[in-house]
Amino acid sequence: MTSTPSLDVRGLAYAYPDGHQALFGVDLTLGRGERVALLGPNGAGKTTLVLHLNGILTAGAGTVTVAGLPVGRKHMAEIRRKVGIVFQDPDDQLFMPTVREDVAFGPAAAGLRGAALDAVVARALDRVGMGEYADRPPHHLSFGQRRRVAVATVLAGEPEILVLDEPSSNLDPASRRELADVLRSLDVTVLMVTHDLPYALELCPRSLILSEGVIAADGPTREILSDEELMTRHRLELPYGFVPGSVA
Amino acid sequence: MGAGHAHRLYRRGDSPVHRLPPHTKLAAVLGFVLVVVTTPREAVWAFALYAALLAGVAARARVPAGFVLRRLAIEIPFVAFAVLMPFVVPGESTTVLGVSLSVPGLWGAWNVLAKGTLGVAASVLLAATTELRDLVLGLQRLGLPSLLVQIASFMIRYGDVITDEMRRMSVARRSRGFEARGVRHWGVLAKSAGALFIRSYERGERVHLAMVSRGYTGTMPLLDERPATRAQWAGALALPLAALPLCLFALLG
Repeated sequence: MTSTPSLDVRGLAYAYPDGHQALFGVDLTLGRGERVALLGPNGAGKTTLVLHLNGILTAGAGTVTVAGLPVGRKHMAEIRRKVGIVFQDPDDQLFMPTVREDVAFGPAAAGLRGAALDAVVARALDRVGMGEYADRPPHHLSFGQRRRVAVATVLAGEPEILVLDEPSSNLDPASRRELADVLRSLDVTVLMVTHDLPYALELCPRSLILSEGVIAADGPTREILSDEELMTRHRLELPYGFVPGSVA
Repeated sequence: MGAGHAHRLYRRGDSPVHRLPPHTKLAAVLGFVLVVVTTPREAVWAFALYAALLAGVAARARVPAGFVLRRLAIEIPFVAFAVLMPFVVPGESTTVLGVSLSVPGLWGAWNVLAKGTLGVAASVLLAATTELRDLVLGLQRLGLPSLLVQIASFMIRYGDVITDEMRRMSVARRSRGFEARGVRHWGVLAKSAGALFIRSYERGERVHLAMVSRGYTGTMPLLDERPATRAQWAGALALPLAALPLCLFALLG
């Protein structure tokens, strides 16, 4: 008997109000503590899928279950706490005047106050190495720092699963590595949506390809990235000179 | 709170005035302004004493006179209006340096000038001793509707972001050889403003998404519960309470 998976998606289909269908029956399961990359070309439906995971979008058909809890109106507050989504632009994610208030937002919305709240905020910021920036306004941080604070804002809710939308985009190599170190140090299930294939290989033992609204491949990242025919079919390309097999 | 958002009106410091909770200061300034506008304009001595009270506050806050005086410049458009009054208000007239001026107009100008200046000076002192963010929190504590508080907070947070975006758009325009010179180019500027509006609107939607994802249900949690002590209230309200007897005396006298 295995433990309850962090995330279980069954037959998920969705069409936008304008009739454009983005998902055609997505099935995927993420075990506890797994780090999985979600790959796919632009327009494959990755963002649409992500917005289903915490109930922002409601499935046309199929189900999403987070740690055994079905995503639906009934458990919405709990689901939103369990699924921590880090959006691509930290300026969208960090909407409060100071880092501290921003990290406190989720737990405070859940009713936490006082010393308990301060402790949660301090711990979340320490986990991403941003403890000393608590009183700074987000605008005065570097892009890489803002991205790490964005991760802290969702870590503060002690999520079951961390969903990252293009975590490495716009980061310089040092910030990219610092974020990788942070992500590796976390004991939490991670679903990482990315075009950065070397980053996926570095951080995620397992990858999924979402293409034309369905999961087209699911397997060890190295095998997927080495399958040239599969990659070409889904408009995925490795950076020039990058050979997955050659990386330890 | 914090190193940032040091808006230009703020003057960093650690005076007793700086340390007062923001909502007590807001209440004090509002009270003071109400007392000032209630004072009859003929009681010139009372206005002199009000100014002295403000000078006392500035001294306690260690805000130099030059700092306050420079920021009083915001008042100039209103002063221009006041200066016109002696010339346009009908009524009994008097001659000053060979110029015929209306007496009610002079009193009207004095009224606008004295009360306006005192109000602006009090506000400048408030802004000089209170961070922008704390002012918003103070308003929240005083019961300003949550929606207005949220709008003000987002203005603080995204003002810089949107200004940056505007600057980038301007750089992009100029990089492609565009310089705004005169009316013929206003169309381009208007389109840029429209694009900026749409970008900001879309950002608003993304921000809302991020908020909802973190449990937002319509109200911002109030994080800084910093109730004021009796002594702090007394300290802040000392200003309007000192002004009040002067006003009453002028009214009755």
